[in-house]
Amino acid sequence: MKSFELVRPRTLDQAVTELAAGGAMPLAGGQDLLGELKEHLADPERVVDLKRLEGLDGIDVDGEGNLTVGALVTLTALEEDPRVRERFPVLAEAAASVGSVQIRNAGTVGGNLCQRPRCWYYRTEDTPCLKRGGTECFSYAGKSKYNAILGGGPSYIVHPSDVAPALRVLDAELELRGPGGERRVPVADFFTLPSEGDVLKENVLEPGEIVTRVRVPALRGTWRSGYEKFRERDSYDWALASVAAALRVDAGRVVEARLCMGGVAPIPWRVAKAEQALLGPLRDESAWTAAGREMVRGAEPLEHNGYKVPLARAMIVKTLRRLTT
Amino acid sequence: MRRMRSLRLKVNGDEVEVGAPDHWTLLEVLRYRLGLIGSKQGCDKGDCGACTVLVDGAPVLSCLTLAALAEGREVTTIEGLMPAHVARGGAGADPVQDAFDRCGALQCGFCQPGMMLSARALLDRTPFPTREEIQQALAGNLCRCTGYTQIFQAVEQVAAEAAGIEPAEPTWATYREAGQQPSPRARGVKGEDA
Ligand code: FES
Ligand code: FES
Repeated sequence: MKSFELVRPRTLDQAVTELAAGGAMPLAGGQDLLGELKEHLADPERVVDLKRLEGLDGIDVDGEGNLTVGALVTLTALEEDPRVRERFPVLAEAAASVGSVQIRNAGTVGGNLCQRPRCWYYRTEDTPCLKRGGTECFSYAGKSKYNAILGGGPSYIVHPSDVAPALRVLDAELELRGPGGERRVPVADFFTLPSEGDVLKENVLEPGEIVTRVRVPALRGTWRSGYEKFRERDSYDWALASVAAALRVDAGRVVEARLCMGGVAPIPWRVAKAEQALLGPLRDESAWTAAGREMVRGAEPLEHNGYKVPLARAMIVKTLRRLTT
Repeated sequence: MRRMRSLRLKVNGDEVEVGAPDHWTLLEVLRYRLGLIGSKQGCDKGDCGACTVLVDGAPVLSCLTLAALAEGREVTTIEGLMPAHVARGGAGADPVQDAFDRCGALQCGFCQPGMMLSARALLDRTPFPTREEIQQALAGNLCRCTGYTQIFQAVEQVAAEAAGIEPAEPTWATYREAGQQPSPRARGVKGEDA
Protein backbone atom coordinates (compact mmCIF):
# COMPACT_ATOMS: atom_id res chain seq x y z
CA MET A 1 0.00 0.00 0.00
CA LYS A 2 1.26 3.50 -0.80
CA SER A 3 1.34 5.94 2.05
CA PHE A 4 -1.49 8.38 2.54
CA GLU A 5 -2.69 10.78 5.14
CA LEU A 6 -5.60 9.57 7.27
CA VAL A 7 -8.12 12.32 7.92
CA ARG A 8 -10.65 11.77 10.68
CA PRO A 9 -13.46 14.33 10.57
CA ARG A 10 -16.10 14.52 13.27
CA THR A 11 -18.89 16.04 11.20
CA LEU A 12 -20.47 15.24 7.88
CA ASP A 13 -19.73 18.77 6.64
CA GLN A 14 -16.03 18.35 7.33
CA ALA A 15 -16.03 14.92 5.73
CA VAL A 16 -17.68 16.19 2.57
CA THR A 17 -15.30 19.16 2.38
CA GLU A 18 -12.31 16.86 2.76
CA LEU A 19 -13.63 14.52 0.09
CA ALA A 20 -14.48 17.31 -2.31
CA ALA A 21 -10.96 18.72 -2.12
CA GLY A 22 -9.80 15.99 -4.49
CA GLY A 23 -7.22 13.22 -4.14
CA ALA A 24 -9.27 11.79 -1.29
CA MET A 25 -11.26 8.60 -0.84
CA PRO A 26 -13.82 7.68 1.82
CA LEU A 27 -13.16 4.83 4.25
CA ALA A 28 -15.94 3.10 6.15
CA GLY A 29 -15.44 -0.58 6.99
CA GLY A 30 -12.45 -0.71 4.65
CA GLN A 31 -13.25 -4.23 3.43
CA ASP A 32 -13.18 -3.15 -0.21
CA LEU A 33 -11.07 0.00 -0.02
CA LEU A 34 -8.05 -1.61 1.60
CA GLY A 35 -8.01 -4.28 -1.09
CA GLU A 36 -8.14 -1.58 -3.74
CA LEU A 37 -5.27 0.30 -2.13
CA LYS A 38 -3.16 -2.82 -1.72
CA GLU A 39 -3.63 -3.74 -5.37
CA HIS A 40 -2.80 -0.15 -6.36
CA LEU A 41 -6.13 0.27 -8.11
CA ALA A 42 -6.41 3.62 -6.40
CA ASP A 43 -3.79 5.74 -4.73
CA PRO A 44 -5.33 8.62 -2.86
CA GLU A 45 -3.32 11.32 -1.13
CA ARG A 46 -5.80 11.31 1.70
CA VAL A 47 -8.18 8.73 3.10
CA VAL A 48 -11.16 10.16 4.94
CA ASP A 49 -12.31 7.97 7.81
CA LEU A 50 -16.09 8.17 8.09
CA LYS A 51 -16.39 5.98 11.17
CA ARG A 52 -16.30 8.90 13.60
CA LEU A 53 -19.32 10.59 12.07
CA GLU A 54 -22.25 10.51 14.40
CA GLY A 55 -25.76 9.39 13.64
CA LEU A 56 -24.94 7.15 10.68
CA ASP A 57 -24.64 3.87 12.50
CA GLY A 58 -28.19 3.32 13.64
CA ILE A 59 -31.19 1.28 12.48
CA ASP A 60 -34.58 2.89 13.06
CA VAL A 61 -38.13 1.85 12.38
CA ASP A 62 -40.66 4.65 12.71
CA GLY A 63 -44.27 4.37 13.86
CA GLU A 64 -45.44 3.62 10.34
CA GLY A 65 -42.94 0.86 9.82
CA ASN A 66 -40.53 2.78 7.57
CA LEU A 67 -36.96 1.60 8.02
CA THR A 68 -33.89 3.83 8.05
CA VAL A 69 -30.43 2.30 8.04
CA GLY A 70 -27.35 4.45 8.51
CA ALA A 71 -24.63 3.88 5.93
CA LEU A 72 -22.17 2.94 8.68
CA VAL A 73 -24.31 0.11 10.03
CA THR A 74 -22.34 -3.10 9.73
CA LEU A 75 -23.71 -6.02 7.78
CA THR A 76 -23.70 -8.05 11.00
CA ALA A 77 -25.86 -5.44 12.74
CA LEU A 78 -28.26 -5.39 9.80
CA GLU A 79 -28.47 -9.17 9.58
CA GLU A 80 -29.10 -9.52 13.32
CA ASP A 81 -31.61 -6.74 13.81
CA PRO A 82 -34.88 -8.43 14.87
CA ARG A 83 -37.04 -5.77 13.17
CA VAL A 84 -35.22 -6.18 9.86
CA ARG A 85 -35.43 -9.96 10.11
CA GLU A 86 -39.12 -9.87 10.82
CA ARG A 87 -40.29 -7.16 8.42
CA PHE A 88 -37.69 -7.24 5.65
CA PRO A 89 -36.29 -10.79 5.58
CA VAL A 90 -34.88 -10.26 2.09
CA LEU A 91 -32.61 -7.55 3.47
CA ALA A 92 -31.47 -9.55 6.49
CA GLU A 93 -30.79 -12.59 4.30
CA ALA A 94 -28.85 -10.53 1.76
CA ALA A 95 -26.71 -9.01 4.51
CA ALA A 96 -26.09 -12.45 6.01
CA SER A 97 -24.93 -13.77 2.63
CA VAL A 98 -22.10 -11.24 2.28
CA GLY A 99 -18.52 -12.46 2.77
CA SER A 100 -17.45 -14.11 6.02
CA VAL A 101 -18.21 -13.28 9.65
CA GLN A 102 -15.08 -11.12 9.78
CA ILE A 103 -16.07 -9.19 6.67
CA ARG A 104 -19.63 -8.65 7.88
CA ASN A 105 -18.38 -7.48 11.29
CA ALA A 106 -16.43 -4.66 9.64
CA GLY A 107 -18.17 -4.11 6.30
CA THR A 108 -20.90 -1.50 6.19
CA VAL A 109 -24.16 -1.12 4.30
CA GLY A 110 -22.87 1.98 2.50
CA GLY A 111 -19.63 0.23 1.61
CA ASN A 112 -21.45 -2.80 0.30
CA LEU A 113 -23.46 -0.61 -2.08
CA CYS A 114 -20.41 1.36 -3.24
CA GLN A 115 -17.87 -1.49 -3.51
CA ARG A 116 -16.00 -1.73 -6.77
CA PRO A 117 -16.26 -4.63 -9.24
CA ARG A 118 -14.58 -7.95 -8.59
CA CYS A 119 -13.68 -8.67 -12.22
CA TRP A 120 -10.18 -10.10 -12.16
CA TYR A 121 -8.98 -7.91 -15.00
CA TYR A 122 -10.04 -4.88 -13.00
CA ARG A 123 -8.42 -6.23 -9.86
CA THR A 124 -5.08 -7.10 -11.46
CA GLU A 125 -2.61 -4.29 -11.49
CA ASP A 126 -1.13 -5.13 -14.88
CA THR A 127 -4.35 -5.29 -16.90
CA PRO A 128 -5.39 -1.65 -17.26
CA CYS A 129 -8.99 -2.33 -18.28
CA LEU A 130 -11.78 0.05 -19.24
CA LYS A 131 -12.76 0.42 -15.61
CA ARG A 132 -9.35 1.79 -14.83
CA GLY A 133 -9.20 4.21 -17.72
CA GLY A 134 -7.90 1.73 -20.30
CA THR A 135 -9.39 1.15 -23.71
CA GLU A 136 -10.61 -2.41 -23.51
CA CYS A 137 -12.78 -4.71 -21.42
CA PHE A 138 -10.52 -7.77 -21.42
CA SER A 139 -13.29 -10.09 -20.30
CA TYR A 140 -15.03 -9.66 -23.66
CA ALA A 141 -12.42 -11.71 -25.51
CA GLY A 142 -10.83 -13.20 -22.42
CA LYS A 143 -11.87 -15.14 -19.35
CA SER A 144 -15.50 -14.22 -18.84
CA LYS A 145 -16.73 -16.86 -16.40
CA TYR A 146 -17.80 -14.34 -13.75
CA ASN A 147 -18.96 -11.53 -16.02
CA ALA A 148 -22.29 -10.14 -17.12
CA ILE A 149 -24.84 -11.89 -19.31
CA LEU A 150 -27.22 -8.94 -19.27
CA GLY A 151 -26.72 -5.21 -19.67
CA GLY A 152 -23.04 -5.57 -20.54
CA GLY A 153 -20.99 -3.39 -22.86
CA PRO A 154 -18.65 -1.68 -23.18
CA SER A 155 -17.71 -3.07 -19.75
CA TYR A 156 -18.97 -6.50 -18.68
CA ILE A 157 -18.60 -6.30 -14.91
CA VAL A 158 -21.30 -7.59 -12.64
CA HIS A 159 -22.23 -5.52 -9.64
CA PRO A 160 -20.95 -7.42 -6.59
CA SER A 161 -23.39 -6.12 -3.97
CA ASP A 162 -25.84 -8.49 -2.28
CA VAL A 163 -27.57 -5.71 -0.39
CA ALA A 164 -28.39 -3.81 -3.60
CA PRO A 165 -30.83 -6.35 -5.15
CA ALA A 166 -32.59 -6.64 -1.78
CA LEU A 167 -32.99 -2.87 -1.51
CA ARG A 168 -34.13 -2.76 -5.10
CA VAL A 169 -37.10 -5.03 -4.42
CA LEU A 170 -37.90 -3.03 -1.32
CA ASP A 171 -38.11 0.12 -3.46
CA ALA A 172 -35.58 1.77 -1.15
CA GLU A 173 -34.14 5.24 -1.48
CA LEU A 174 -30.61 6.35 -0.72
CA GLU A 175 -29.80 9.57 1.01
CA LEU A 176 -26.64 11.10 -0.43
CA ARG A 177 -24.57 13.96 0.86
CA GLY A 178 -22.03 15.87 -1.17
CA PRO A 179 -20.54 19.30 -1.69
CA GLY A 180 -23.81 20.31 -3.37
CA GLY A 181 -25.86 19.34 -0.31
CA GLU A 182 -28.20 16.46 0.33
CA ARG A 183 -30.31 14.57 -2.18
CA ARG A 184 -32.35 11.41 -2.30
CA VAL A 185 -32.02 8.90 -5.09
CA PRO A 186 -34.11 5.74 -5.47
CA VAL A 187 -31.95 2.62 -5.59
CA ALA A 188 -33.52 2.12 -9.00
CA ASP A 189 -31.67 5.22 -10.27
CA PHE A 190 -28.50 4.91 -8.22
CA PHE A 191 -26.65 2.26 -10.22
CA THR A 192 -25.59 3.04 -13.78
CA LEU A 193 -24.99 0.80 -16.75
CA PRO A 194 -21.54 1.22 -18.30
CA SER A 195 -23.21 2.15 -21.58
CA GLU A 196 -25.21 4.95 -19.97
CA GLY A 197 -23.07 6.46 -17.28
CA ASP A 198 -19.39 7.06 -16.80
CA VAL A 199 -17.71 3.70 -17.43
CA LEU A 200 -15.28 4.42 -14.58
CA LYS A 201 -18.13 4.43 -12.07
CA GLU A 202 -20.97 2.10 -11.11
CA ASN A 203 -23.35 4.70 -9.71
CA VAL A 204 -24.43 8.33 -9.82
CA LEU A 205 -22.27 9.52 -6.92
CA GLU A 206 -20.59 12.82 -7.79
CA PRO A 207 -17.02 13.55 -6.71
CA GLY A 208 -16.99 14.05 -2.96
CA GLU A 209 -20.47 12.61 -2.52
CA ILE A 210 -21.22 9.72 -0.17
CA VAL A 211 -24.19 7.55 0.78
CA THR A 212 -25.38 8.50 4.26
CA ARG A 213 -28.62 6.57 4.80
CA VAL A 214 -30.86 3.96 3.28
CA ARG A 215 -34.61 4.48 3.55
CA VAL A 216 -36.93 1.54 3.10
CA PRO A 217 -40.65 2.26 2.94
CA ALA A 218 -42.95 0.12 5.08
CA LEU A 219 -44.47 -2.86 3.32
CA ARG A 220 -48.24 -2.73 3.56
CA GLY A 221 -50.22 -5.91 3.46
CA THR A 222 -48.85 -9.42 3.75
CA TRP A 223 -45.47 -9.87 2.13
CA ARG A 224 -43.08 -12.74 1.78
CA SER A 225 -39.53 -11.91 0.83
CA GLY A 226 -36.18 -13.63 0.62
CA TYR A 227 -32.72 -13.70 -0.90
CA GLU A 228 -31.06 -16.70 -2.53
CA LYS A 229 -27.46 -16.65 -3.63
CA PHE A 230 -25.45 -19.14 -5.64
CA ARG A 231 -21.74 -19.15 -4.96
CA GLU A 232 -18.96 -21.12 -6.55
CA ARG A 233 -17.43 -21.69 -3.14
CA ASP A 234 -19.79 -22.52 -0.32
CA SER A 235 -17.80 -21.01 2.55
CA TYR A 236 -18.05 -17.43 1.36
CA ASP A 237 -17.97 -15.77 -2.01
CA TRP A 238 -19.59 -13.25 -4.29
CA ALA A 239 -22.70 -14.34 -6.16
CA LEU A 240 -22.52 -16.10 -9.51
CA ALA A 241 -26.23 -15.36 -9.54
CA SER A 242 -28.55 -14.25 -6.78
CA VAL A 243 -32.24 -13.47 -6.50
CA ALA A 244 -34.05 -11.01 -4.28
CA ALA A 245 -37.80 -11.49 -4.30
CA ALA A 246 -40.76 -9.92 -2.54
CA LEU A 247 -44.34 -11.06 -3.02
CA ARG A 248 -47.52 -9.49 -1.66
CA VAL A 249 -49.99 -12.23 -1.02
CA ASP A 250 -53.71 -11.86 -0.64
CA ALA A 251 -56.23 -14.68 -0.39
CA GLY A 252 -53.82 -17.26 -1.79
CA ARG A 253 -52.81 -15.12 -4.75
CA VAL A 254 -49.74 -13.10 -5.58
CA VAL A 255 -51.06 -9.58 -6.07
CA GLU A 256 -47.74 -7.78 -6.33
CA ALA A 257 -44.32 -9.20 -7.18
CA ARG A 258 -40.84 -7.77 -7.24
CA LEU A 259 -37.82 -9.66 -8.49
CA CYS A 260 -34.25 -8.51 -8.84
CA MET A 261 -31.09 -10.42 -9.70
CA GLY A 262 -27.52 -9.90 -8.61
CA GLY A 263 -24.38 -11.33 -10.18
CA VAL A 264 -25.66 -11.26 -13.75
CA ALA A 265 -25.45 -7.61 -14.84
CA PRO A 266 -23.51 -4.42 -14.11
CA ILE A 267 -26.47 -3.22 -12.05
CA PRO A 268 -29.09 -5.01 -9.93
CA TRP A 269 -31.30 -6.45 -12.68
CA ARG A 270 -35.06 -6.01 -12.29
CA VAL A 271 -37.49 -6.88 -15.07
CA ALA A 272 -41.13 -5.77 -14.95
CA LYS A 273 -42.36 -8.54 -17.26
CA ALA A 274 -40.84 -11.19 -15.02
CA GLU A 275 -42.72 -9.72 -12.08
CA GLN A 276 -46.00 -9.60 -13.99
CA ALA A 277 -45.61 -13.28 -14.84
CA LEU A 278 -45.88 -14.07 -11.14
CA LEU A 279 -49.25 -12.46 -10.53
CA GLY A 280 -51.93 -15.04 -9.91
CA PRO A 281 -52.16 -18.23 -7.86
CA LEU A 282 -49.55 -18.43 -5.11
CA ARG A 283 -47.93 -21.73 -6.03
CA ASP A 284 -47.71 -21.88 -9.78
CA GLU A 285 -44.57 -23.52 -11.12
CA SER A 286 -45.30 -22.44 -14.66
CA ALA A 287 -45.36 -18.82 -13.50
CA TRP A 288 -41.93 -19.25 -11.91
CA THR A 289 -40.55 -20.68 -15.12
CA ALA A 290 -42.11 -17.86 -17.10
CA ALA A 291 -40.62 -15.30 -14.71
CA GLY A 292 -37.21 -16.90 -15.16
CA ARG A 293 -37.59 -16.77 -18.93
CA GLU A 294 -38.50 -13.09 -18.84
CA MET A 295 -35.67 -12.27 -16.48
CA VAL A 296 -32.97 -13.53 -18.84
CA ARG A 297 -34.66 -12.38 -22.04
CA GLY A 298 -32.08 -10.73 -24.26
CA ALA A 299 -29.17 -12.30 -22.41
CA GLU A 300 -25.94 -12.22 -24.38
CA PRO A 301 -23.51 -14.56 -22.69
CA LEU A 302 -19.80 -14.21 -23.34
CA GLU A 303 -17.59 -17.18 -24.10
CA HIS A 304 -17.40 -18.61 -20.57
CA ASN A 305 -20.55 -17.51 -18.79
CA GLY A 306 -23.36 -19.14 -20.74
CA TYR A 307 -24.02 -21.26 -17.64
CA LYS A 308 -25.44 -18.17 -15.95
CA VAL A 309 -28.55 -18.24 -18.13
CA PRO A 310 -29.93 -21.56 -16.85
CA LEU A 311 -28.49 -20.78 -13.42
CA ALA A 312 -30.42 -17.53 -13.22
CA ARG A 313 -33.63 -19.26 -14.24
CA ALA A 314 -33.11 -22.05 -11.75
CA MET A 315 -32.36 -19.58 -8.97
CA ILE A 316 -35.61 -17.78 -9.63
CA VAL A 317 -37.58 -21.01 -9.42
CA LYS A 318 -35.72 -21.98 -6.26
CA THR A 319 -36.43 -18.65 -4.58
CA LEU A 320 -40.11 -18.64 -5.49
CA ARG A 321 -40.56 -22.24 -4.42
CA ARG A 322 -39.15 -21.37 -1.00
CA LEU A 323 -41.23 -18.22 -0.62
CA THR A 324 -44.48 -19.88 -1.57
CA THR A 325 -44.09 -23.01 0.54
CA MET B 1 1.48 16.62 5.49
CA ARG B 2 1.23 14.37 8.48
CA ARG B 3 1.51 10.72 7.56
CA MET B 4 2.69 9.28 10.86
CA ARG B 5 0.82 9.19 14.08
CA SER B 6 1.12 8.03 17.62
CA LEU B 7 -1.51 5.43 18.42
CA ARG B 8 -2.92 4.42 21.77
CA LEU B 9 -4.09 0.86 21.52
CA LYS B 10 -5.38 -1.65 24.00
CA VAL B 11 -4.03 -5.03 23.06
CA ASN B 12 -4.65 -8.13 25.16
CA GLY B 13 -5.54 -5.92 28.09
CA ASP B 14 -2.38 -3.80 27.89
CA GLU B 15 -2.42 -0.10 27.00
CA VAL B 16 0.33 0.52 24.48
CA GLU B 17 1.49 3.63 22.68
CA VAL B 18 3.08 3.08 19.34
CA GLY B 19 4.09 5.23 16.36
CA ALA B 20 3.09 4.06 12.90
CA PRO B 21 2.47 5.44 9.42
CA ASP B 22 -1.16 6.30 8.69
CA HIS B 23 -1.47 3.60 6.07
CA TRP B 24 -0.34 0.77 8.30
CA THR B 25 -2.85 -1.91 9.09
CA LEU B 26 -3.56 -3.25 12.54
CA LEU B 27 -1.84 -6.45 11.44
CA GLU B 28 1.35 -4.58 10.58
CA VAL B 29 1.37 -2.72 13.88
CA LEU B 30 0.76 -5.94 15.82
CA ARG B 31 3.49 -7.83 14.03
CA TYR B 32 6.12 -5.24 13.25
CA ARG B 33 5.73 -2.75 16.09
CA LEU B 34 4.49 -4.84 18.96
CA GLY B 35 6.17 -8.13 18.09
CA LEU B 36 2.88 -10.02 18.32
CA ILE B 37 3.56 -12.35 15.43
CA GLY B 38 0.83 -14.84 16.31
CA SER B 39 -1.51 -13.06 13.90
CA LYS B 40 -0.42 -14.29 10.49
CA GLN B 41 0.04 -12.30 7.34
CA GLY B 42 -1.38 -14.85 4.92
CA CYS B 43 -2.90 -13.28 1.85
CA ASP B 44 -2.83 -9.75 3.32
CA LYS B 45 -5.98 -8.88 1.39
CA GLY B 46 -8.97 -10.35 3.10
CA ASP B 47 -9.12 -13.84 1.63
CA CYS B 48 -7.72 -16.24 4.19
CA GLY B 49 -8.59 -15.15 7.72
CA ALA B 50 -5.11 -15.95 9.08
CA CYS B 51 -4.88 -12.37 10.40
CA THR B 52 -8.16 -12.60 12.35
CA VAL B 53 -8.14 -10.78 15.68
CA LEU B 54 -10.98 -9.86 18.01
CA VAL B 55 -11.96 -6.22 18.23
CA ASP B 56 -14.34 -5.67 21.14
CA GLY B 57 -14.86 -9.41 21.06
CA ALA B 58 -15.84 -9.66 17.37
CA PRO B 59 -13.57 -11.31 14.80
CA VAL B 60 -12.25 -8.94 12.13
CA LEU B 61 -9.47 -9.11 9.58
CA SER B 62 -6.52 -7.13 10.91
CA CYS B 63 -5.06 -6.95 7.38
CA LEU B 64 -8.11 -4.94 6.27
CA THR B 65 -8.25 -2.71 9.33
CA LEU B 66 -6.19 0.47 9.53
CA ALA B 67 -4.36 0.50 12.85
CA ALA B 68 -5.70 3.94 13.73
CA LEU B 69 -9.25 2.62 13.60
CA ALA B 70 -8.52 0.23 16.45
CA GLU B 71 -7.94 3.11 18.86
CA GLY B 72 -10.34 3.09 21.75
CA ARG B 73 -11.27 -0.54 21.23
CA GLU B 74 -10.16 -3.79 22.83
CA VAL B 75 -7.95 -5.88 20.59
CA THR B 76 -7.38 -9.54 21.39
CA THR B 77 -4.80 -11.59 19.54
CA ILE B 78 -3.95 -15.27 19.96
CA GLU B 79 -1.27 -14.22 22.46
CA GLY B 80 -4.03 -12.86 24.68
CA LEU B 81 -6.24 -15.95 24.84
CA MET B 82 -4.40 -17.84 27.54
CA PRO B 83 -3.78 -14.80 29.81
CA ALA B 84 -7.46 -13.90 29.50
CA HIS B 85 -8.44 -17.45 30.43
CA VAL B 86 -6.12 -17.40 33.44
CA ALA B 87 -7.42 -13.98 34.48
CA ARG B 88 -10.91 -15.46 34.50
CA GLY B 89 -9.70 -18.07 36.96
CA GLY B 90 -8.91 -20.81 34.45
CA ALA B 91 -5.77 -22.89 34.44
CA GLY B 92 -3.43 -23.20 31.46
CA ALA B 93 -4.41 -22.52 27.89
CA ASP B 94 -7.87 -21.44 26.73
CA PRO B 95 -10.09 -24.51 26.34
CA VAL B 96 -10.20 -23.79 22.60
CA GLN B 97 -6.42 -24.02 22.34
CA ASP B 98 -6.42 -27.13 24.48
CA ALA B 99 -9.13 -28.85 22.45
CA PHE B 100 -7.49 -27.98 19.12
CA ASP B 101 -4.35 -29.61 20.43
CA ARG B 102 -6.06 -32.74 21.73
CA CYS B 103 -8.29 -33.17 18.70
CA GLY B 104 -5.43 -32.96 16.21
CA ALA B 105 -7.09 -29.92 14.66
CA LEU B 106 -3.89 -28.59 13.15
CA GLN B 107 -1.01 -29.55 10.95
CA CYS B 108 1.17 -26.65 9.82
CA GLY B 109 -0.63 -24.36 12.22
CA PHE B 110 -0.69 -21.28 10.02
CA CYS B 111 -4.46 -20.89 10.12
CA GLN B 112 -4.72 -21.68 13.81
CA PRO B 113 -4.42 -18.29 15.51
CA GLY B 114 -7.23 -16.89 13.38
CA MET B 115 -9.21 -20.12 13.54
CA MET B 116 -9.06 -20.30 17.31
CA LEU B 117 -10.04 -16.65 17.74
CA SER B 118 -13.05 -17.15 15.48
CA ALA B 119 -13.95 -20.24 17.51
CA ARG B 120 -13.53 -18.36 20.79
CA ALA B 121 -15.80 -15.55 19.56
CA LEU B 122 -18.41 -18.08 18.47
CA LEU B 123 -18.38 -19.93 21.81
CA ASP B 124 -18.58 -16.67 23.76
CA ARG B 125 -21.84 -15.88 21.99
CA THR B 126 -23.12 -19.38 21.37
CA PRO B 127 -21.77 -21.81 23.98
CA PHE B 128 -23.42 -24.84 22.35
CA PRO B 129 -23.24 -24.30 18.62
CA THR B 130 -24.54 -26.74 16.06
CA ARG B 131 -22.15 -28.11 13.44
CA GLU B 132 -23.68 -25.74 10.93
CA GLU B 133 -23.17 -22.74 13.20
CA ILE B 134 -19.55 -23.77 13.67
CA GLN B 135 -19.06 -24.08 9.91
CA GLN B 136 -20.55 -20.65 9.32
CA ALA B 137 -18.55 -19.03 12.10
CA LEU B 138 -15.30 -20.47 10.71
CA ALA B 139 -16.13 -19.99 7.01
CA GLY B 140 -13.79 -17.02 6.81
CA ASN B 141 -10.81 -18.98 8.09
CA LEU B 142 -9.19 -21.07 5.41
CA CYS B 143 -7.16 -24.12 6.32
CA ARG B 144 -5.00 -25.79 3.70
CA CYS B 145 -4.08 -28.82 5.80
CA THR B 146 -6.69 -30.37 8.00
CA GLY B 147 -9.79 -30.66 5.87
CA TYR B 148 -11.65 -28.92 8.71
CA THR B 149 -13.28 -31.99 10.30
CA GLN B 150 -11.03 -32.07 13.36
CA ILE B 151 -11.38 -28.33 13.70
CA PHE B 152 -15.16 -28.58 13.89
CA GLN B 153 -14.80 -31.49 16.31
CA ALA B 154 -12.45 -29.47 18.49
CA VAL B 155 -15.04 -26.73 18.84
CA GLU B 156 -17.67 -29.36 19.68
CA GLN B 157 -15.26 -30.85 22.21
CA VAL B 158 -14.97 -27.50 24.01
CA ALA B 159 -18.74 -27.13 24.14
CA ALA B 160 -19.24 -30.71 25.31
CA GLU B 161 -16.61 -30.46 28.03
CA ALA B 162 -18.06 -27.18 29.27
CA ALA B 163 -21.38 -28.99 29.66
CA GLY B 164 -19.75 -32.06 31.17
CA ILE B 165 -21.00 -34.38 28.43
CA GLU B 166 -19.44 -36.47 25.70
CA PRO B 167 -19.29 -34.82 22.28
CA ALA B 168 -22.00 -36.12 19.95
CA GLU B 169 -19.39 -37.58 17.65
CA PRO B 170 -16.26 -39.17 19.09
CA THR B 171 -13.18 -37.07 18.45
CA TRP B 172 -9.51 -37.88 18.58
CA ALA B 173 -9.40 -36.58 22.12
CA THR B 174 -12.04 -39.06 23.28
CA TYR B 175 -10.15 -41.97 21.78
CA ARG B 176 -6.77 -40.85 22.99
CA GLU B 177 -8.01 -40.51 26.55
CA ALA B 178 -9.40 -44.05 26.38
CA GLY B 179 -6.01 -45.28 25.14
CA GLN B 180 -7.45 -46.36 21.79
CA GLN B 181 -6.62 -45.66 18.21
CA PRO B 182 -8.92 -43.10 16.60
CA SER B 183 -11.35 -44.64 14.17
CA PRO B 184 -11.30 -43.62 10.52
CA ARG B 185 -14.55 -41.76 11.14
CA ALA B 186 -13.08 -39.75 13.99
CA ARG B 187 -10.23 -38.83 11.68
CA GLY B 188 -12.76 -37.41 9.30
CA VAL B 189 -12.58 -40.19 6.70
CA LYS B 190 -15.99 -40.48 5.10
CA GLY B 191 -17.70 -43.73 4.37
CA GLU B 192 -15.64 -45.97 6.68
CA ASP B 193 -16.56 -46.91 10.16
CA ALA B 194 -14.51 -48.18 13.04
S1 FES C 1 -4.02 -12.05 5.91
FE1 FES C 1 -5.88 -11.06 6.36
S2 FES C 1 -7.32 -12.30 5.36
FE2 FES C 1 -5.46 -13.22 4.73
S1 FES D 1 -3.19 -26.33 9.79
FE1 FES D 1 -2.12 -25.69 8.03
S2 FES D 1 -3.44 -24.19 7.20
FE2 FES D 1 -4.63 -24.99 8.78
